[in-house]
Amino acid sequence: MTSHEASGDRWFDREAGPVVRPYALTMGRTRPAGGASFDLIDVVIAASDRMPEHFRPAPEHRRILSLCRRPTPIVDLTSEMDLPLGVVRVLLGDLASEGLVRVMSTQRQPANDQRLLRMVLDGLESL
Amino acid sequence: MDLNHSDGGPSTAKILISGGFGVGKTTLVGAISEIRPLRTEEPMSDRSVGIDDTRGVSAKTTTTVAMDFGRISFPSQLVLYLFGTPGQARFWFMWDELAIGAIGAVVLADTRRVADCFASIDYFEHNGIPFIIAVNCFDGAPRFEPEDIRIALSLGPGVPIVLCDVRQRDSVKQVLVSLVRYVMNGSRRPDQMSIG
Repeated sequence: MTSHEASGDRWFDREAGPVVRPYALTMGRTRPAGGASFDLIDVVIAASDRMPEHFRPAPEHRRILSLCRRPTPIVDLTSEMDLPLGVVRVLLGDLASEGLVRVMSTQRQPANDQRLLRMVLDGLESL
Repeated sequence: MDLNHSDGGPSTAKILISGGFGVGKTTLVGAISEIRPLRTEEPMSDRSVGIDDTRGVSAKTTTTVAMDFGRISFPSQLVLYLFGTPGQARFWFMWDELAIGAIGAVVLADTRRVADCFASIDYFEHNGIPFIIAVNCFDGAPRFEPEDIRIALSLGPGVPIVLCDVRQRDSVKQVLVSLVRYVMNGSRRPDQMSIG
């Protein structure tokens, strides 16, 4: 064994960061399937446990499913997964197009939603 | 339409915290909310390609931003998120991402460096996003009357200006309350309704 080989498995450690580039997890895809657009504060919930036969979930897909058993905003999901937002969106697109998660859109024009604004105001004033 | 609520999940809302570098955005968010990390890695938009010098890095098509956000959970199943807008020009693409669907924005101003918040004000005015000015009263910073600040920032008469101390939870709470009240009272002019 040469000295080069002896040290070969020490090239990468935790501090070197991830060995796999983030979008390798999505096989290079940078946009969700079907052109879906998911906002940071949209809420995801697992919709089914039954994997379609043709769908081969990656570990990250399974992790998302387990985190969204309870309704979870995408921003919290992304923070919890410790993956970049763009990657999480692509993985969510896969799951949504297989019917495994549902993504509930939030109000895109919240200034027109007096009920939501009142909730926020009451919440803040109660702090 | 608010699908979240009818499905029993949380209702979510977001507020942007903007202003120049070092003005106290992170301190403000930390004073009132739980801070969590967020990683984003986005394909470069045309706009950021123009700003980043990509000559000699021909394969680089994504750019990474590590940022924090604040989260406040209320007993009413509401979760309010506070997002600080990234300061560097190369992260402009993140602003659009953060701005869509936001209730509005707090532009933090430091009276020693008033010009630092011009870019934020321009962005929110251009995109029709309601904002208020919060003047962070640093120890030793010159105190100005709100109307002097309005003139210095060329603001219209309707935009609220509040004084605050971003380290104090109650003060930050009052800033956020001021923003939400302003939005509830119909801050937007009809010609500023659309985003982007």
